[in-house]
Amino acid sequence: MRVDSRAGRLERKNEKVAAPKKGRRTSAQSRPGRSLVLILIAIVALTGGMFLSGHTTPRLGIDLAGGTSITLKAKSEPGQENAVNQTNMNTAVGIIERRVNGLGVSEAEVQTQGNDNIIVNIPRGTNEKQAREQVGTTAQLYFRPVIATEVSAGEATASPSPSASGSASPSADKDKATSSDSSATPSSSATPSASATSQGRAVTDALKADSTASPSASASPSGSASAAASASPAATGTPDPSSDLQQQYAALDCTDPEQRAKAGDGVKPSESTVACGTNSQGQWQKYILGPAEVEGTDVDDASAVFDTQSAAGWKVTMEFTDAGAKKFADITGKLAQNQSPQNQFAIVLDGEVVSDPYVSQALTGGSAEISGSFNQESAESLANVLSYGALPLSFEEQSVTTVTAALGGEQLQAGLIAGAIGLALVIIYLVVYYRGLSLIAIFSLLVSAALTYTIMALLGPTIGFALNLPAVCGAIVAIGITADSFIVYFERIRDEIREGRTLRPAVERAWPRARRTILVSDFVSFLAAAVLFIVTVGKVQGFAFTLGLTTLLDVVVVFLFTKPLMTILARSKFFSSGHSWSGLDPKRLGAKPPLRRTRRVSAPVEPKEA
Amino acid sequence: MSRLGTLGARLHRGEVGYDFVGKRKIWYGVSLLITVAAILGLTVKGLNMGIEFQGGAVFTTPKTSVSASQAEEKAEEAAGHDAIVQELGTGGLRIMISGVDTAKSDEIKAELAKDLGVKSDDINADLVGPSWGEQIANKAWTGLGIFMVLVVIYLAMAFEWRMAVAALVALIHDITITVGIYALVGFEVTPGTVIGLLTILGYSLYDTVVVFDSLKESSKDITKQTRWTYSEIANRSINATLVRSINTTVVALLPVAGLLFIGGGVLGAGMLNDISLSLFVGLAAGAYSSIFIATPLVAELKEREPQMKALKKRVLAKRAAAAQGEAAEATAPGGAPEPRDAEPEDTAHAVVGPRTQPVSRGRGRGRPSGKRR
Repeated sequence: MRVDSRAGRLERKNEKVAAPKKGRRTSAQSRPGRSLVLILIAIVALTGGMFLSGHTTPRLGIDLAGGTSITLKAKSEPGQENAVNQTNMNTAVGIIERRVNGLGVSEAEVQTQGNDNIIVNIPRGTNEKQAREQVGTTAQLYFRPVIATEVSAGEATASPSPSASGSASPSADKDKATSSDSSATPSSSATPSASATSQGRAVTDALKADSTASPSASASPSGSASAAASASPAATGTPDPSSDLQQQYAALDCTDPEQRAKAGDGVKPSESTVACGTNSQGQWQKYILGPAEVEGTDVDDASAVFDTQSAAGWKVTMEFTDAGAKKFADITGKLAQNQSPQNQFAIVLDGEVVSDPYVSQALTGGSAEISGSFNQESAESLANVLSYGALPLSFEEQSVTTVTAALGGEQLQAGLIAGAIGLALVIIYLVVYYRGLSLIAIFSLLVSAALTYTIMALLGPTIGFALNLPAVCGAIVAIGITADSFIVYFERIRDEIREGRTLRPAVERAWPRARRTILVSDFVSFLAAAVLFIVTVGKVQGFAFTLGLTTLLDVVVVFLFTKPLMTILARSKFFSSGHSWSGLDPKRLGAKPPLRRTRRVSAPVEPKEA
Repeated sequence: MSRLGTLGARLHRGEVGYDFVGKRKIWYGVSLLITVAAILGLTVKGLNMGIEFQGGAVFTTPKTSVSASQAEEKAEEAAGHDAIVQELGTGGLRIMISGVDTAKSDEIKAELAKDLGVKSDDINADLVGPSWGEQIANKAWTGLGIFMVLVVIYLAMAFEWRMAVAALVALIHDITITVGIYALVGFEVTPGTVIGLLTILGYSLYDTVVVFDSLKESSKDITKQTRWTYSEIANRSINATLVRSINTTVVALLPVAGLLFIGGGVLGAGMLNDISLSLFVGLAAGAYSSIFIATPLVAELKEREPQMKALKKRVLAKRAAAAQGEAAEATAPGGAPEPRDAEPEDTAHAVVGPRTQPVSRGRGRGRPSGKRR
């Protein structure tokens, strides 16, 4: 007890010395229990989350767990036979790589095979269907003004446009509905009004206006439809769609998959074209579209958003580049002055109209959105595909097959056995050298391991994080870097004891200095991780992610676990009395007893070395 | 342990120590020798790039009874390169071999057909491109460049430009040695190797920064005293953190050594070898260079500063005076007691503060650093 009270007094004295000089807060030191509880809660929460999500092991990379291999074959399109060349193939590999491995952590591999094939290897546990959608989509995106549109029924092929007027009234309604999400309830007037209250976004505002107008529009369906067909060229001032195009349009039957696939094939972006798309009732709609005004390359970034306000479900929002935003404002400004349906623009993806919103004013916000019958998966896929741009070629899936691990189980097993032996050696070394202190080091390593493991397991389903063999090795090296933080701290404490301090002041005095060393050196590691993560792609990016994660965890563990635990244990008799197995025995550390007596003398000198 | 602990204490007080800075020429020489050997190895033998970087041939076989690992052996025999074998869902095998051109691929195909007991026509051979393409490589180089610039700026601000330069030299030293030894051993360079090199890059800097942090701390008020020159302070600081350096290196190297010697050597795991070799060499080089290269280099650069030159003169002059005054009690720099201990014998040669002033004023006529105080 006497020892304790004296230690407390010394501690206070030291705080007084240290605090004014460095302005350091001592609050963290006074409540070590709180941070311990905090980190324990974090571990419990992460572990609970891991079991709840049902992913109790980290996903393994293709080298360790195998996966699926998709072979894609480039289609040579008529008139562009030379398009399938080395350059375009390499570009396609780059884009597909980014699509399936956007963060660099999913361990997917993409490479060319032969002259016109691309192999995509995806580790086991990836959402295969989504991946196949993503790699196969060309993602040629165009914003084209609508010149004419109507529901494409089977009989429409036979009859010229005037006869289509009968069916035009539903079409007009459905156009509006396409973008205004009321897919389930086609005729209900309640749905449009529901959407009307919702988004602040310009496009949807425009849609809202149309939706509300739609009930009255039913009076003049045939008029608008015929006007669309006949009057469009004059009204919009767009280059005359040749009679050729009119014929194509008349003949087009979008319910026929073959015709649908061919519609608009080989048309340059600068030409008018015909295209198909589904409306919200699931009916096929056909279009004559003007030249592309905005292209996929004008899209800077796209993301999938769940619209909570209007119950519109999933949609994809796009941010334009500066140039793209200007073009988009121009075209919407022009379109807004037109009559329906020429105030619509169609968002055409790979030749199919995915959305055809109305415009009532120029949209200058620099963003647009595609709504429709998306679910989360399809919205995310589309957003992802749009973000990384269009493939220079279109591909068809040639084969999909499972592949086993390239390295086989024995490699991972050998690695784990070797790693375990190595770890055991580390623990033995720590125990022999640091004795009682090694308990703290080992617990800290365990906490660090638990955090790393649970976070990696949870990152598997969330961002597709997968561990490959190099990453496993990296994690083993991370043990060394994490342990270094403890070693730096322990050595500081022992140095303080060597100068004759008792344990508790030594623990507190050593901390600010050890903390600075830990922060400075971890900052360098984190800088490396951040720069590499931002700049690079693929596996290097994945490495950077892992490095950044382990570095952050190192800091978290040292601050919230090692230091508080040390403070608490310093109060125990075993450590503070300098038991010979505590690793802090002043005699064994070679502290000189006379120094204790001269503490007063040395105290004024302290600031110099702090 | 007790002896180790006492050694730690004596290192801490500077009673014992190795003269890292003074004997730097030897270690520079050693490093130069290894580096030259590494560069020679690199230029003569070159790096053996894996299929991920240079592409190669892929053979798809029909259903076969041969296991993947057997097929791997056969394929490596036939081609003389590392092979990657995967089983396909169809029961067949996909065998990828690096550095193979069309002519060679036909040869290998025939041989594989014989070994695996299938018809040569049934094996589908094709050339594959690199999965680690130019784009990934280029962006990686850009990233490294940006990082180097930023880290030098950061170190120059947090410490000083001399330390930034020394850290960079140590980093290049470590990477060169690792790559060189990799070339000499002749292992195939895989993405795992590159990841290993990047890990080393991070570790090398990390370790150097820890050592520099202690150096910065101990040399903080260096001009206020006249007992030690900068080189001596640097040397003491290395010795004081030596225990930490050794412990950290041991803790970091033990698991990697386990991977390399037990995992790779005894259990014979292929890719583990690639990674753990680069890690092992790199970690060892990183720890070595922080102590033997980086810090002496800082000391050398620092001693060229006029302020430090003046300090050195003062220190030497004072030592000469002390030796004259009390020849018997003259203390060697390495064996001198702690400056802050303020023990009786110490008072003779003033440690810090006012007591040094008369001495330096008496001798320091017209010295720049004298004015700056």
